[in-house]
Formats: sequence, structure tokens, C-alpha cells
Amino acid sequence: MPFYVSPEQAMKDKADYARKGIARGRNSVVLQYDEGILFVAPNPSGALHKISEIYDRIAFAAVGRYNEYENLRVAGVRYADTRGYQYDRTDVTARGLANWYAQILGTIFTESNKPYEVEIVVAELGESAAGDQMYRITFDGSVADEHGFVAMGGQADQVSAVLKERYTEGMPLSGALGAALAALEGQANGETSEVNAGQLEVAVLMRGRAHRAFRRLTGARLEELLSAGGPATRPTSAPPEDADK
Amino acid sequence: MGFDFFGERFTGACMATGTSSFADFLAACAPGLLPGTGHQAAPVAAGPAGQGIGLDLPHATTIVAAAFDGGVLMAGDRRSTAGNLIAQRDIEKVFRSDDYSCVGIAGVAGVGLELVRLFQLELEHYEKLEGRSLSLEGKANRLSAFVRGNLGGAMQGLIVVPLFAGYDEETGQGRIFSYDVAGGRYEEHKFHAIGSGSVFARGSLKKLYDDGMPVDDAVTVCMQALYDAADDDSATGGPDLTRRIYPVVATVTADGFRQLTEDEAGGYAQAVVDERMRSPAGPRAPLHSQQNE
Repeated sequence: MPFYVSPEQAMKDKADYARKGIARGRNSVVLQYDEGILFVAPNPSGALHKISEIYDRIAFAAVGRYNEYENLRVAGVRYADTRGYQYDRTDVTARGLANWYAQILGTIFTESNKPYEVEIVVAELGESAAGDQMYRITFDGSVADEHGFVAMGGQADQVSAVLKERYTEGMPLSGALGAALAALEGQANGETSEVNAGQLEVAVLMRGRAHRAFRRLTGARLEELLSAGGPATRPTSAPPEDADK
Repeated sequence: MGFDFFGERFTGACMATGTSSFADFLAACAPGLLPGTGHQAAPVAAGPAGQGIGLDLPHATTIVAAAFDGGVLMAGDRRSTAGNLIAQRDIEKVFRSDDYSCVGIAGVAGVGLELVRLFQLELEHYEKLEGRSLSLEGKANRLSAFVRGNLGGAMQGLIVVPLFAGYDEETGQGRIFSYDVAGGRYEEHKFHAIGSGSVFARGSLKKLYDDGMPVDDAVTVCMQALYDAADDDSATGGPDLTRRIYPVVATVTADGFRQLTEDEAGGYAQAVVDERMRSPAGPRAPLHSQQNE
């Protein structure tokens, strides 16, 4: 190390680096609807997920570098399953998981040369909408407790601004999906970018489902929702498979 | 036992690349949480093989399983015994292991229930990490490894063996697997029974079972088999009509796992009991097998 770099400068450089990495990808949103919590991410791949199940009532969404958030997802499943095995399934909470992620990301940010270029949301479905929880955790380990909706990614502020206008409490699923798409389409410096069903990853934590609440929405079910509530969304040639498969 | 979820050992193992097996993960970073680590370390009074510390612990008894047209079903009585006493009247010994399989246990209940819990989690964990379920054979093999893991316990008398059944999505058929205490895995055809009343249940199944029977008939056959087991084995409980405690019956088909409601199971149990009021030995199989044309 030939030069002295002040800690302030080192932290700032790392943060800039992480922000730049995150801003290269698309944004994602998570929002509450009347029967649960909806996750929407533009994702051309049907196999490399940005949204995943962690536990019975807990799901995970991420933006940024795939290998890094995949690593965090796997770690989260291991944490949740270990905790549920040691205590009880009801003792696995999003709050605990969010704190755990925050600790890990914070340690990586301060102790390693290269911070993680990711932003994640951990959401837990409550018995009613009032009990729903959403935590946004950023690359440096900061945690924010969010209500209603939360946006992630480089243009999270613009996405949030659109969501703020379109989002109302207790929206039905199709309405929430429409709001999410409007917010995601209107990103990137005022320009709109098209979002169609084949390029979308959509999943829900659905109230009233016994045992595991997480479901992916794909194929015909997704097309149906898009045509019911989407704004200017063009359903395209997604393969007509059954939902839940 | 205390356990540090924030400690470097655990977080490091979580972030490391590695296995999709939950049991292997625990073995690497938290072996104390795995079943079997406690009693194997404990000194045990010497006794004849299989007669160690397990004798006075609650034991789960008879489980039957039968394949039917389009799936497989498993049923278990509700009694657990500790020596000559009834330990519990309404214990459940048949469980959903995942969407397309179920597992039942016979032997020391405490060890068996823990085995089931770990097995359920193993399947779910793999499914979450890999994005797909294990094959039915794969599930059966994992269970085999878990049973073998209890071999030390079994040598001290904590014997437990599972019965595993599932719907094979590749062939569209129900399949049944039985195990020995050393982890030996055996695929059974048509039907099988384990536990103290299994000899009587199996005899009953042999006479009543028919290839390709519909699910209703298969449930009735299993109820008859459990009744026969309870008839001759004191450790197996019959349908308890006064308390409305009936055998647990679960089916696994292309539509997934389903446990019959108490009312449904009660209906089948009541029908069998009503019939036995008239002929206590149950249905009579024909003396000569029917001619095949």
C-alpha cells in the first residue's frame, strides 16, 4: 500500500463503487396488496431468480450482482431453516433475518476491499396487512423498515415517486401489479422502457395459504393479471404454462 | 444448548459454497443440533442388544401403506406404548414429508419424530436451494442415510424404522420403501406394514389387497388391516369410537399429499367397526382364487 487513504475516503469510494454496480441493473419493487405481498422484477431469465422463497411466510428480492445476492439468498435459507429447526417454525422472523443480513453486509462493507453490489428486501407476511413487514437492506448493512411499498435499484427514488402516486392501501393484486409496472416502466431519466410478461419475474406471499405462502406467478395466470390491471402493458408470447409449476 | 447465529462459524458456513443438504450443513457448522449426538455420548447401562435404555420409552407402533390406482396411501394407528402402559392415545405417526411423499414411523417415538422433522426439512431445504424437488428415489436414499445415522442409538435400544411412500411423478405411480435399522432400503410392491402389529396387518393386507383398486377401497383395506393388527397386538390401538380418535390416513397422488379429515377417517373406521359387530374376524377371502380368463 504505497499511499495513505483516509477512512472517510475509503468508505466513500466503496459506497460509490457499490452504487455504480447496482445502478447498472434494473430496479425492482415489493408492495402490499389486499391479500398479501407482491414482488415484481424485470428479469429476462426464467431460471436465475431475483425473487425467492426463504421460509413459510418470508420471501427475498434483490437487485445487483447475481452471484452475490444468490449467495445471500442461500445463506438466508440456511439461517432460517437452522433457526426453525432449533426452535420452532414460528420463531423464524423477517426482523431477525434482516438484522442478520445487515450484520453480514455491514461486515463485508467495512472489512473487505470490495463491497457487495446488492440491495435486498426481506418481507414477511402477517396474519393481516397490519402485520406485514418489509425490510430494505443496502450494501453497507443499513436497514430500513418500510410500509406499503419499497423500491430497489439505481433509480429507486424515481420508482418510489411513481409508486407514491399510484399506490393505495388494500389494492387488489391486479391493481398492485399495474402500479408496479407503471413504476418500473417510467425509469431511466424520464424515458419509458417496455416491460412485457416474458421479461417479468412476479411472485407473491399469499395470505390464507397453509404452510408455505410463497407462489410464483407465471404463464397464463400472469397474462390474465396483466390484462386485468396493467397500464400500457403488452402481454406477449410467454409460454402458456400453468401457474405454480 | 446455546448457539451463536451471528458467530463467524455459522455465518461463514452460511456464506460458503457447499451442499444443498440441510443435514450436511448442520454437521459442518452446528453438529450439536443434529439428532443422535446426545445419546451416543451418554453412557448406557449394558443390556442385551435392543434391550437398552429404550424399553420404557414411548414406542410408536403399526403403520400400513398400500398403492392404489394413481397413488399411494399410508395409515397409522394412534397408540404409543411405554412397556405395558399406554403412553398416548392420539399420537400421530404418519406425516407429510413434502408435496409428493409421506413418512410413517415405528419404534421409539422421540427418536422417530426427530428423524421425521429433519427429513421434512432436508427435502424442503433442497427444494428451496435447488429450485426443484429431489426425485422420489433421491428422497428415499436421504432417509436411508438418516436411519443409518441412528445406528448407534439403535444398538443401545433406541430403535426406530420409518416407512416411506410417495407418488413418482415420472412414472405416475405410488411407490413404497421400507428400511432396516442399518439404513437398508427396500422397495416394497403393492403394500407393506411396519411396527409391532405389522405381522397381523400384513396378513390382512395380503388377503384383501387387489391390484389397481380405487382409493376408497384402499382406505378400507388399510382400516381393516389396522383393525386386525389392533385385534391381536396390544401395542396397536383400534379405532377409539368413544373418544373419536381414528387412524391417521394420508394419500399421495398427482394432486399431492392429502390427509383425510377426522370425519372422513371416522367414516371409514365406523364402517369397519359396524361390519365387525356382525363378523368379528372381518371380511372373508375366498378359499380358491378366482380364475383368470
